[in-house]
Amino acid sequence: MPKTVIPIGPFHPLQEEPEYFTLTVDGETVVDIDVAVGYNHRGIEKLSEMKTFDQSTFVIERICGICSTSHPFAYTQAVEDIIPVEVPERAKYIRTIIAEGERIHSHLLWLGLAGHFLGYNTVYMWVWKLREEICDVMEILSGNRQNYAMFKPGGVRRDLKAEDIPLALKKIDSIVPTLNRLKKAILDDPVLHARLKGIGVLTKEEAIDYCALGPTSRASGVAKDVRKNAPYAAYDRVDWNMIVTENGDVFDKAVVRILEVFESVKIMKECLRKLPSGEIDLNLKNIPPGEGIGAHEAPRGETFHYVRSDGTNRPVRHKVRAPTFMNLPTYKATVIGETISDASIILAAIDPCYCCTERIAVRTPEGKKLFNGNDLIGLSQMKTELLKKRMGLP
Amino acid sequence: MTREEILKDLQTRFKRDIVDLFDKSPKRVYVEIKPESLVPVATHIFRDLKARFNIASAVDVRTHFEILYHFSIEDINLLVSLRVKLDRKRPSIDSLAPVFKGANWIEREMHEIMGIDFKGHPDLRRLLLPDEWPQDVYPLRADYTEWDKNAIRDRGV
Repeated sequence: MPKTVIPIGPFHPLQEEPEYFTLTVDGETVVDIDVAVGYNHRGIEKLSEMKTFDQSTFVIERICGICSTSHPFAYTQAVEDIIPVEVPERAKYIRTIIAEGERIHSHLLWLGLAGHFLGYNTVYMWVWKLREEICDVMEILSGNRQNYAMFKPGGVRRDLKAEDIPLALKKIDSIVPTLNRLKKAILDDPVLHARLKGIGVLTKEEAIDYCALGPTSRASGVAKDVRKNAPYAAYDRVDWNMIVTENGDVFDKAVVRILEVFESVKIMKECLRKLPSGEIDLNLKNIPPGEGIGAHEAPRGETFHYVRSDGTNRPVRHKVRAPTFMNLPTYKATVIGETISDASIILAAIDPCYCCTERIAVRTPEGKKLFNGNDLIGLSQMKTELLKKRMGLP
Repeated sequence: MTREEILKDLQTRFKRDIVDLFDKSPKRVYVEIKPESLVPVATHIFRDLKARFNIASAVDVRTHFEILYHFSIEDINLLVSLRVKLDRKRPSIDSLAPVFKGANWIEREMHEIMGIDFKGHPDLRRLLLPDEWPQDVYPLRADYTEWDKNAIRDRGV
């Protein structure tokens, strides 16, 4: 039987972000797969070298729209590792609270999308409604639903107000009954069992070989979590469990994420209750020459930042490694041999985030830019004119 | 093994390969090795010490290139960074991708943005840069200068 190549992307109505998959199929079975990324370049590593250490935090925060705290968290720790210095206790707790709130809404977002990919739109609507509550909690605590801008090297930018905490706690408590029902509805659903169990299996050996991260590896039995293995912030001061399952299929990846939401609720509540008083910022002035590494367990896996300073107020090199960069190549192990209808949910099961993965294209301070806002508007107007002419509209 | 045993073992096992060992803090160790010793040292750390490969980061320090291969040994909370220094004229080093698949993409990335050749890499195609990007222009090198990007601008508009 002749083999067929099915291209998906780079821009496709079913994709949230641009990426280009080439699936080679024999009948219904996928025999080969390749992915081309790079449609999301913004040159953030280079851009970060042109900003001061403090300004970089804002640029880094905009790497990802969903997990906007995970990159600043790793970056600020990398800068603090250059000196090295420990941030005040209250700042540690505030950082933990923000990071866990983000994990809850990020996992819920994935869960909704996974339901959507499977054609189970009830889950999609239900989960995203629940996610709103957590976004509200983040707004109560930080003032923003997304891009909280709470992090800075040496501490946090803003303090939490004592009068906001009871309200936030009440709101977090209010989602728990719905979460419980959701967990039961998803994990006990025979249709989802039939649809997700045993597909897209990533074995433990493969997960180690590909250096997979986060829920993708923990679903395959690799018990690694930066929060447990290399405790930072307030993660060693509260009681929580690392969720590990053994099968490595799509179902287990969903289980890990759902159960992690409960752990995050636990961490967040405990931190809010135990929040110590004191300073929130070290007011770092000069960063000495040297190099530092920071890692944070983001919702999708470990974010890893390497920052090198030469004693000026700007980093000379800033390497950003997002979790999807390590998780995406596992498609070779999981998709090949499965049917084409399962490919979309397997590819979605790692919770890919392409805007995190791609950041290399270049702008120089004096050189010209690729496209600015006006260019894009101009291009858009040109295209509208062209379409109008073609359709014979005035 | 404890942290001290691992460091001692590394120093005796790879006596000829290690140029310098910088014990920065309880959680961070920087080990400079000779470029030709990368594969045996990295294989030992990855396979025998059960470390996880975090990532590699290439830096252009104008006189030479540096690549840091970061490994974390989770049981003892230690991050070992292997540092190699490469000649700036013909930067080239053995690939780690045949040893573990996690090194595949990052070597492709360093190949296109820094122009470092990885000998023995199974698939050194471009990962992130567009097809129209000229050969021999490496965006994260220190001497990078802007080139005419109209080639990309005119595409498909």
